[in-house]
Amino acid sequence: MNTLPQQLANGLFLGSMYGLIAIGYTMVYGIVQLINFAHGEIFMTGGFGALTVYLYVLPDGTSMWIALPAMLIGGGIVAVLIAVGAERFAYRPLRGAPRLAPLITAIGLSLALQQIVFNAYPDAKTDRNFPQLPFGPWHIGSISVQSGSVFVIIAAPICMAALAFFVRLSRTGRAMQATAQDPDTAQLMGIDTNRIIVIAFAIGGFFAAVAAVAYGLRYGTVKYDMGFQMGLKAFTAAVLGGIGNIYGAMIGGLVLGLAETMATSYIDGIPGMQQLGGGGWSSVWAFVLLILVLLFRPQGLVGERVADRA
Amino acid sequence: MRQRSLVILTSVLTTGALTLTACGSRDDSGDSKSSKKTEIIIGVDAPLTGQNSATGLGIQGGVQIAVDDANKNNTVPGVKFKVVALDDKAIPASGQQNATQLVQNDKVLGVVGPLNSGVATQMQQVFATANLVEISPSNTAPELTQGKNWQTSKSRPFKTYFRTATTDALQGGFAADYAYNTLKKRKVFVVDDKQTYGAGLAKLFKAGFTKAGGKVAGEDHVNTGDTDFSALVTKIKNSKADLVYYGGQYDESEKLTKQLKDGGAKIPLFGGDGMFTPTYIETAGKTSEGDLVTSVGQPVDSLPSAAEFIKKYKASGLKGDYGTYGGYSYDAATAIIKAIGNVVKDGKVPSDARAKIVDEVQKTKFDGIAGPVSFDEYGDTTNKQLTVYQVVDGKWKAVKSGTFNG
Repeated sequence: MNTLPQQLANGLFLGSMYGLIAIGYTMVYGIVQLINFAHGEIFMTGGFGALTVYLYVLPDGTSMWIALPAMLIGGGIVAVLIAVGAERFAYRPLRGAPRLAPLITAIGLSLALQQIVFNAYPDAKTDRNFPQLPFGPWHIGSISVQSGSVFVIIAAPICMAALAFFVRLSRTGRAMQATAQDPDTAQLMGIDTNRIIVIAFAIGGFFAAVAAVAYGLRYGTVKYDMGFQMGLKAFTAAVLGGIGNIYGAMIGGLVLGLAETMATSYIDGIPGMQQLGGGGWSSVWAFVLLILVLLFRPQGLVGERVADRA
Repeated sequence: MRQRSLVILTSVLTTGALTLTACGSRDDSGDSKSSKKTEIIIGVDAPLTGQNSATGLGIQGGVQIAVDDANKNNTVPGVKFKVVALDDKAIPASGQQNATQLVQNDKVLGVVGPLNSGVATQMQQVFATANLVEISPSNTAPELTQGKNWQTSKSRPFKTYFRTATTDALQGGFAADYAYNTLKKRKVFVVDDKQTYGAGLAKLFKAGFTKAGGKVAGEDHVNTGDTDFSALVTKIKNSKADLVYYGGQYDESEKLTKQLKDGGAKIPLFGGDGMFTPTYIETAGKTSEGDLVTSVGQPVDSLPSAAEFIKKYKASGLKGDYGTYGGYSYDAATAIIKAIGNVVKDGKVPSDARAKIVDEVQKTKFDGIAGPVSFDEYGDTTNKQLTVYQVVDGKWKAVKSGTFNG
């Protein structure tokens, strides 16, 4: 059997999920030059928000066709509220402070969110089962596709297209571009930069929630610490694509997902590399790729070279 | 300068020490007023939160019931037992810290735990130095009792360490035997999580399976905490294996089996006792149907001797299920309590109580709720019962029990 198509599909599914989370990192960085390390935890709360809607809001046995949109909205609301709250109470007071200060706050916030869910959410200490789509898996030729993967493969392009239209064509989107380019001048031109920053956080939070629902559907569980590894990978994807560039985030995600999948399946087939292949090494190769890209193209795959700020 | 800081350090230490002793003495007088009994603590170390906590809580619960029984029956006259359970989160360094904390408390005369073999390796030395007896209900790595070179020359590294679980040397071989001779599987794909327990189990399974005549179609490793196994699943499917053996815990294997079956590979996953929990079936759902595990001993619920234990556990309102090791934890705690009974008379704890208790545990011999309890010269249980379980209609069902001698 030819495994390549299946592995490409696997990489695509994984990469789409990374890409959705990476957009949150990249938008926030593009506008306020802040690496929001709590974004992984915002992703996690989105997952728990969606689960809460399913378990405690909807009546038992609701069809997934109705439940899924409700969960997306519920998870989205939770993640957006937390992302916006984080901006308002953790980052805004530190705007203008040296860059290290908000970074430390972000790490603190990430730990705090993790511990709050760990201690406060019922049974969150171990995996919580996530509702599953009632159809699939499908087997198309040599490729098998899980129902959870279908969700992410449909959701990711829709989200991306909507975001692209929003940024290019709407007034707010253009204000966003202006703020990203030069916040001070944008403010002089009458743009409410605080509002723009809040919107960037909100969009990032919503996309993270979509990714979290995809994660739950695909792996069957959500867990208090699921944000850590996914957040780290998504951050890597954002940097890989060129942080600050929203298309870069998606492409970086896809490249990273494919790289991990390919590393798992092919590296231990290369003579002399048996010890360095397999699933246990996939993350190592992902980071090797990151280092290589940064060495030869420090602005990332699709990022533009920016002049150093004075 | 140097001297001044020394003075400050000394005074801080002295104040601290004084405060501590003052607190201690107040506690003691308070205790003796409320009851004339000497308080003795049985320590527990297990993952009570995070990964593996479902199983860890079962250990804590098993010990709690043994202690409650001992207090109710006045097993050791003049002594009131208490459980102090510390959470190691399945992290070796936390286990070591907990061990240090338990050793420093004079009231602790025995410890049950930990759950994970990897954690145990970091705790053994601490207990050995303090002569404090430690009985694990679940550690299965052979080197814990038989030394690093256990395959060629056995030698016991720590005389304070005992276990009521039988070792991977038997579990891996037992599984291989069942897979080859009963299931008639011939090509296996072996996956492990690179931990002491998982890698050890996988290695022994592989050895047993190839020795029986089977073929290893492929091998791979995962990291603990990983969730996406789609690439690995494709590899397994491509290898045309008719069985996957997984060395590791339920956290990863439940996702692996789900992705394996969803990925179109309709072959069972076979694992060790780390997968043997209800959580595994809950999470993997229908995809876990037909999966197999081996576990030490016989199923606690099938033993008439454990019926009362199960009744008490369910009535106690303890968190979680007694799981795989609740019964063995009960027996481990009972062994410690019996040993204390031989050493502590009328509530008087001799100064060398800890050392004497270790000797008493070594000599122990009684019928526990999960089978006969006694230890060989390495501290291993002499009860070499093993059982294969399979998921049938969404429940673990015992399919074969037996003894295995490698």
